[in-house]
Amino acid sequence: MNPAVDPVSGMTRTQQLLADDPIWLVILKVVVLFAVGVVLTLFMINWERKVVARMQQRPGPNRVGPNGWLQSLADGLKLAFKEDIMPVLADKKVYFIAPVISTIPAFLAFSVIPFGGEVSIFGERTVLQLVDLPVGVLVVLACSSIGVYGIVLGGWASGSPYSLLGALRSAAQVISYEIALGLSVVAVVLYARSLSTADIVAAQGSGWYFYLLLPSFVIFVISMVGETNRAPFDLPEAESELVGGFHTEYTSLKFALFFLAEYVNMVTVSAMATTLFLGGGRWPWPLSSFNDNGWLMFIAFLIKTLIFLFVFIWLRGTLPRFRYDQFMRLGWKVLVPISLGWILVIFAIRAYRNSTGGASTAALLITIGIVVLVILAIAFLLPERRTPDETVEVASDYPVPPLDLEVPAAPRKRRTPVEQRQPAGALSGKEEE
Amino acid sequence: MSALASEPMMTSVLAQAASTGGDAGVGEAIVFWILGPVSLASAIGMVLARNAVHSALFLAQTMIALAVFYLMQQAPFLGFVQIIVYTGAVMMLFLFVLMLVGRDSSDSVVEVLRGQRVAAVLLGLAFALLLVAGVGRTMFEVPSVGLGIAASNGNLPGIGRLVFTDYLLPFELTSALLITAALGAIVLGFAQKKPKAKLGQRATVVARLRGEHARVSPLPGPGVYATANSVAVPALLPDGSIARESLSEIIEGHEVEELPRPPADAHALTDGRPGVSEGTAVRTTVGEEDRT
Repeated sequence: MNPAVDPVSGMTRTQQLLADDPIWLVILKVVVLFAVGVVLTLFMINWERKVVARMQQRPGPNRVGPNGWLQSLADGLKLAFKEDIMPVLADKKVYFIAPVISTIPAFLAFSVIPFGGEVSIFGERTVLQLVDLPVGVLVVLACSSIGVYGIVLGGWASGSPYSLLGALRSAAQVISYEIALGLSVVAVVLYARSLSTADIVAAQGSGWYFYLLLPSFVIFVISMVGETNRAPFDLPEAESELVGGFHTEYTSLKFALFFLAEYVNMVTVSAMATTLFLGGGRWPWPLSSFNDNGWLMFIAFLIKTLIFLFVFIWLRGTLPRFRYDQFMRLGWKVLVPISLGWILVIFAIRAYRNSTGGASTAALLITIGIVVLVILAIAFLLPERRTPDETVEVASDYPVPPLDLEVPAAPRKRRTPVEQRQPAGALSGKEEE
Repeated sequence: MSALASEPMMTSVLAQAASTGGDAGVGEAIVFWILGPVSLASAIGMVLARNAVHSALFLAQTMIALAVFYLMQQAPFLGFVQIIVYTGAVMMLFLFVLMLVGRDSSDSVVEVLRGQRVAAVLLGLAFALLLVAGVGRTMFEVPSVGLGIAASNGNLPGIGRLVFTDYLLPFELTSALLITAALGAIVLGFAQKKPKAKLGQRATVVARLRGEHARVSPLPGPGVYATANSVAVPALLPDGSIARESLSEIIEGHEVEELPRPPADAHALTDGRPGVSEGTAVRTTVGEEDRT
């Protein structure tokens, strides 16, 4: 199946190295993974506030620590010391356990992500990954589907209608977009011939999947934003419109856990996108020699993940929020059907290649060209839908604006800089005189 | 596989599970004796819990425990699919329904279908019999091999080969059944609704202009003045008369406690303002009191 599989043990090189890990190394990796999640969350909150502030031409946090970089740490400490409020109507046990359920899977998903290549830690050869399961991609999906429980239970146990409705919206959103997310992964799995994350990274040695499987990449990126409940899909907690979504009633450390889970989830899906589509820790062509060093690969992985995290911030700073029905329509009527069609196309291409022995790429391209031509011809032959010319007869004498009103063309952009023009006040002053 | 047992790397729990053909390894035994009671207890808790949501949670816990068992039985694919499909999708739908129904709603005990209980008991017994027979047969007649040998090529290729060769017909039948169920749910859900054409913004405007609605514009809002801020205050037309349509019938139907306020008059904002002058008078008296 996989060329790198050792014939004796049936394990890949990564799996062998991981199975060899002594217990102290496993514990070290667990601790470091946890630390990476927390530190990236603290960094991400601060970075987000700073970048959004820059996009809105204001300074952003700049008081605590050097250049305000310790602001989120201070906020976290403050959260921990706030009063922990238990609502009267709350279901106490479920209310308590919900943030935990939402946080643990978020960290758990980290364990299958291949952060880098083969390295030597205190003289022990290993890879920068906690575990390499043969179904690693499914682990991430399973973790996100358990994480939804935290959201739903938190909203329900609060005993408040705002929380419950926020939770239902949030969970419906995560579940809907998880389908699109899962479907976009299928193409990658088909090409890599494995569900293991390390194998997928290794399979991208000949070319990264973000351009080989462009539709899958686009769908993955859109649905990962939807799944993490981030702008422009942050409808459940839309902070400028709604009360606060499923965590309305939460305070103190419990709220902090929800917050942590949200940001760790963002890091997880970004790392997953890096793994699946951007070649994990692989450096691109002019720097390919860096791929021999596992630590340098870790740096590449970090850079790529930060690029995705920046995209999250960028989207939040630029795009207006979707309406709920638009959002659901996008998910169910656009992303899912396109994913299914794309998977069908991939199946067709692979079946064709397998039947002809994979030799005739030219014949394949010609076939695709013919198919496209036929579709185009059908599209041209179909009669255009005619819009009836409506002449509306107004029934009453109620004053209405002219119905054939055309939007005037935008005036040409002014060329002169603002300083050189005459100030508006002077002009109006003259007129008054 | 047995040749591997001597190798040092077999200390890891996962690898140990992979090496055992029929016997359970130490790691597997530990996990079984921890999670077995947990899954059993949560299964019992699911039946005994009073709150429906707690019941669903216990069921989810049982499912996750079973998924871990699958993982230990060298079936990681099955384990994670169990979590994604059953815990993540099916149980989540259950939870949705339970939460929307409300936590205090009690079940109706009226028998809607005649003979439902008898049929349920009979079918339940039959199903239990089927399960016992099936499980018993696998326990005593089928020799256990272990997935490490039965699917030596890995979980996924093994399942894929079986699904698309030996079990192709059952697989397709199951998917046809599921699609039928989904379509049936859609039909049942939408059949009761009257098909109503949704009008776009432009079509709505045209319909209004053609006189298909009572009036062209939306109803005027209530009058809001500096002197009164109640929605029960009518709006005034440009000629000063009261716009009847600005008053909501619902609010008018309620008993409104009339506050002492000047008659609604738009011109009051410019000429002879009785309310304002009263206010200033009060203020001056207060000031005088302060002075004395």
